[in-house]
Amino acid sequence: MKAFAALLDQLIYQPSRLGKLRLLADYFATTPDPDRGYGLGALAGTLDIPHAKPAALRELMTTRADPVLFAYSYDYVGDLAETIALMWPGAGANTAPPTLGHIVETLRASSKQAVPGLIAGWLDDLDATGRWALLKLLTGGLRIGVSARLAKTALADWGALDLADIEELWHGYEPPYTEMFAWAEKRGPKPPATGATAFRPFMLSQAIEEQEFAALDPRDFIAEWKWDGIRVQVAGSTGGDGRVFARSGDDISATFPDVIAAARFEAVLDGELLVRGDGFNPAPFADLQQRLNRKAVTRKMIDQYPAFVRVYDILFEKGEDLRGLPWEHRRQRLDAFMATPRDAFDLSPVVAFDTWDALKELRASSRGAGMEGLMLKRRDAPYIAGRPKGPWFKWKRDPLTVDAVLMYAQRGHGKRSSFYSDYTFGVWRDDELVPIGKAYFGFTDAELKQIDTWVRNNTTERFGPVRAVSPGLVLEVAFDAAQRSTRHKSGIALRFPRVSRLRWDKPAAEADLLETVEKLVEG
Amino acid sequence: MNPSAVVASWLKVTPAGLRAAPGNFWIDPVTPVDRAVITHGHGDHARGGHGSVLATDPTLAIMAERFGAQSGAQAARYGEPITVGDMRVTFVPAGHVLGSAQLVLEYNGLRAVVSGDYKRRRDPTCPPFEVTPCDVFITEATFALPVFCHPDDGGEIARLLHSMRVFPERTHLVGAYALGKAQRVIVLLREAGYSAPIYLHGALAGMCALYRHYGIDLGELRPVAGEPLKALAGQIVLCPPGALSDRWSRRMHEPVTAMASGWMRIRQRAKQRGVELPLVISDHADWNELLQTVREVKPGAVWITHGREEALAHALGVMGVPAQALSLVGYDDENDDDLTGTAPPS
Ligand SMILES: [Zn+2]
Ligand SMILES: [Zn+2]
Repeated sequence: MKAFAALLDQLIYQPSRLGKLRLLADYFATTPDPDRGYGLGALAGTLDIPHAKPAALRELMTTRADPVLFAYSYDYVGDLAETIALMWPGAGANTAPPTLGHIVETLRASSKQAVPGLIAGWLDDLDATGRWALLKLLTGGLRIGVSARLAKTALADWGALDLADIEELWHGYEPPYTEMFAWAEKRGPKPPATGATAFRPFMLSQAIEEQEFAALDPRDFIAEWKWDGIRVQVAGSTGGDGRVFARSGDDISATFPDVIAAARFEAVLDGELLVRGDGFNPAPFADLQQRLNRKAVTRKMIDQYPAFVRVYDILFEKGEDLRGLPWEHRRQRLDAFMATPRDAFDLSPVVAFDTWDALKELRASSRGAGMEGLMLKRRDAPYIAGRPKGPWFKWKRDPLTVDAVLMYAQRGHGKRSSFYSDYTFGVWRDDELVPIGKAYFGFTDAELKQIDTWVRNNTTERFGPVRAVSPGLVLEVAFDAAQRSTRHKSGIALRFPRVSRLRWDKPAAEADLLETVEKLVEG
Repeated sequence: MNPSAVVASWLKVTPAGLRAAPGNFWIDPVTPVDRAVITHGHGDHARGGHGSVLATDPTLAIMAERFGAQSGAQAARYGEPITVGDMRVTFVPAGHVLGSAQLVLEYNGLRAVVSGDYKRRRDPTCPPFEVTPCDVFITEATFALPVFCHPDDGGEIARLLHSMRVFPERTHLVGAYALGKAQRVIVLLREAGYSAPIYLHGALAGMCALYRHYGIDLGELRPVAGEPLKALAGQIVLCPPGALSDRWSRRMHEPVTAMASGWMRIRQRAKQRGVELPLVISDHADWNELLQTVREVKPGAVWITHGREEALAHALGVMGVPAQALSLVGYDDENDDDLTGTAPPS
C-alpha cells in the first residue's frame, strides 16, 4: 500500500503527462505482483472491490473523533477522504502496513458487515498518505488526473509494447494483470485475446486541409458524412451480452442497454453512437450528452433519448477477422450484413462524388442534421489500428465564429501556472455581458503573454485563482456548433470553443449580441 | 471574582489590538500607538510608526530592516523582567522565529501569558518555547484543527532532496516566508548534508544577512539576480511564496515548484497553488501541540487570539479548561490566499 499511496500522492501534484508516465513506469518497475496490477486496475477503473459509502466512513470517523471537531475539519478541508485520512488518530503503526494486494483480496473475501472493522484496522496501521490512498480507493473514482488510456500507455512504454496490442487484450483480462506484466517483462508470452466481445483498437483518421487535395486522386477515395456523436465499437452477441466500447476502449455497455438489446448478432461493428431525433435524423449532441456518463439508465431516459448506432465498418463477422480486407470488400460485407433490418442500428451512406470541387460543395451543405463534415477513406485500405498516415481523413466543416468579450481569466496549470490562461467570455444581452463559454487554447505563447499582462492590468475583482476583468478585450472565438443549454445563464453552450483571433482593434461594445449567437443554434 | 475576569478588567481587546491598561501599552498593535510591545517580527504582528517599541533585540533589528529605525526602541532580554507602568513584563522564548517571544504580564498577583505565535518543535534558528504556568494563557490557533499534524521536518527535507535526485536537471524552486521559514529550511538542508550554494530571491537576502549577524550559519548563499539560467539547473532557489506564481518565476527553466508551509498538509490547497512538491514545514504549533501546551501551562482560562478559534475552544471545553475567542482582527499567519506579489506576507 505504501508504494501505491506514494504513487497517488506524487501523481496528484504532477502536472505533466511525461512526468506522470515516468512515475507510473517507476511504480511498475519497483512494485511486485500482484500489487502493481491492482494499482494499475485502480487507475484504469477496472479494479472491482466493494465500495464504502461516504456515510459509512463518516460514521466510522465519529467512533474515533469528536463529531464537532470532525465537522469543523470536514468543512475546512472539503474532501471526505482527505479529512478522515488527516485526522484519524495515531501516526500509523506502520510496522507492517498492509499491502494493496492484501487489502483487495481481503475485501473481496469478506462479508459486508465485516468491512467497517477491516477499514478501521487498516486506517490504524497506515500513515496519513496511506490512509488517504485507501479511502480514495474505497470511495471509488480516484480523480488524480490519470485516464485509463494514460495508465495503459504507461504500461506500453515501460514494457516496450504496442499500445494497440494492450488495448486489444485489455478487456479479456482483469487485475492484477499478472500475464500482462510477465509479457511486459519478457518473462512470458503475449497473452491471447479472449472471446468474441473483446475490444479491438480503432482505426483513426487524420485531419486534412483543402490545399492537400491536389496531391490525391479522387478516384482512390470514397466519402461518408462525419456524424456528430461519439465513435463506438459494438461487439454483438447472440446471447444478448454484447458490448459497446468507446474510443478509449472503455466499456460503456451499462449506459446503453437499448443498443446491447439490439446487438444480438455475431459481428463487431464500427460506427457512430447517436440519439434519434425527428424521423431518422440524429438529435443534437446535447441530447446524446444526456445519456453519457451515467451508471444507471432509467426507462424514461431511454424513451426520451433513444440511442442508435450509425454503422460504417465491420471488423468481424461470425468469428472471421475482416480487418485485413480492403475497405471496398468490407463495405460489401457490411451492406449484406445490414440488409437485415435491426433496431438501434442503421447504415451510414456512402457519399458519391467525382471531383474534389464537388466534394467541397457537399461539405458546405453538411451543416446541421447532426453532421460535422466529411470522412474520406481509401477504397483499398485495410482496417489498421491506430492513426495511420494516408488511408483515412476527416474534413471538418469550417468553424463558426463569434466576437466575444473576455470576462474572467483563471491561472492555468503546470507550465502555465504563472499565466492567466483559461478564459471565460461572454456576449451582450442589452447592457449586460452573459458568459457563453470557456476557452484555453488557440493562441500562441506570445499572445498568451499579452493577454496575461492585459488581465493583470485590467483586474476588477479576484476570487482565488480567478480574476474578473473590465470589459475591454474582444476574442474571436471559433466553435463547431452552438446548442441550447440549461446549465449556462445564457441558455447556450458552444462545442469545442477555441480562441481564433485576438481583436485588440475592436471595442468591447461592438462585440456580438446574444441573439446573434442564438441564431446559430442547431436542432 | 475568578482570575480570568480580573485579568479581563486590565487586559482588553481594543480596535488597535490587545491593550494592557496598567502598563499603558498595546501588544502587537495593528495601528500606530504611543507604546507598543511586540512579540515577533512577522508583518502582521510588528508594524511601523509607533511612539515607542519594546521587543527583543533581534525583533527590533528585524523591524529596523523592514521599516527603518524605530523611535523609542527598547530591547528586552529573555527571562529578565521589565517594569512598564504599574506592571511587570517578561519576554520568554516562543520558538517561532528568531527573536520571537511570549509576553509574561504580571499585575496585582495575577499572571497572564500572551503566547504570540509559537511552535514546540526543535528549530536550530531560535531558542525553544518555554512553559510558564499562569492564570490566563492567551494562545494563537493558526493550525487549530485535528487535520493539522505536522510531520517530522527531516522527512520533508528528505523528500526535497529525493526530488533533486529524480529530477537532477530541474531547478527546485522553494517558496518560503522571508522571516524564519527560509532560514530554517536552509539550516535543515545543511543539517541533511546539502552543502552546495543555495540561491535566493532578492526579497530574502536582507533577513538571511540578519540571521547570520545573530550567529546562525547558513552556508553559502547566492543571489539569483544575474545568474545565467543554466547555472540554476539542478540547484535550489528560495523565494517568497508569492513569487512562485509571479512573473518572476518564469525565468526558471522547468522548475519543480515546492512550498514550505503548514498549509501544505491540505492537498487541495497545495494543488490550487500549482505546487508540485508540498513540504509540510510549519513555524506554528500543530493541533496536538496546542492542546499539549495548554496541559503543560495549566492555566485557569484560555483566551484565543487568531486562527481556528471555534475548534480549539470546543476541544478545551471538553478538557474542562474554560476557553473563549477574542476575535482579534488583522493577524493572518502563513496565509496563502493572496497569491501574487513578491512582498512577504508576514
Ligand atoms: Zn508569526
Ligand atoms: Zn500570528
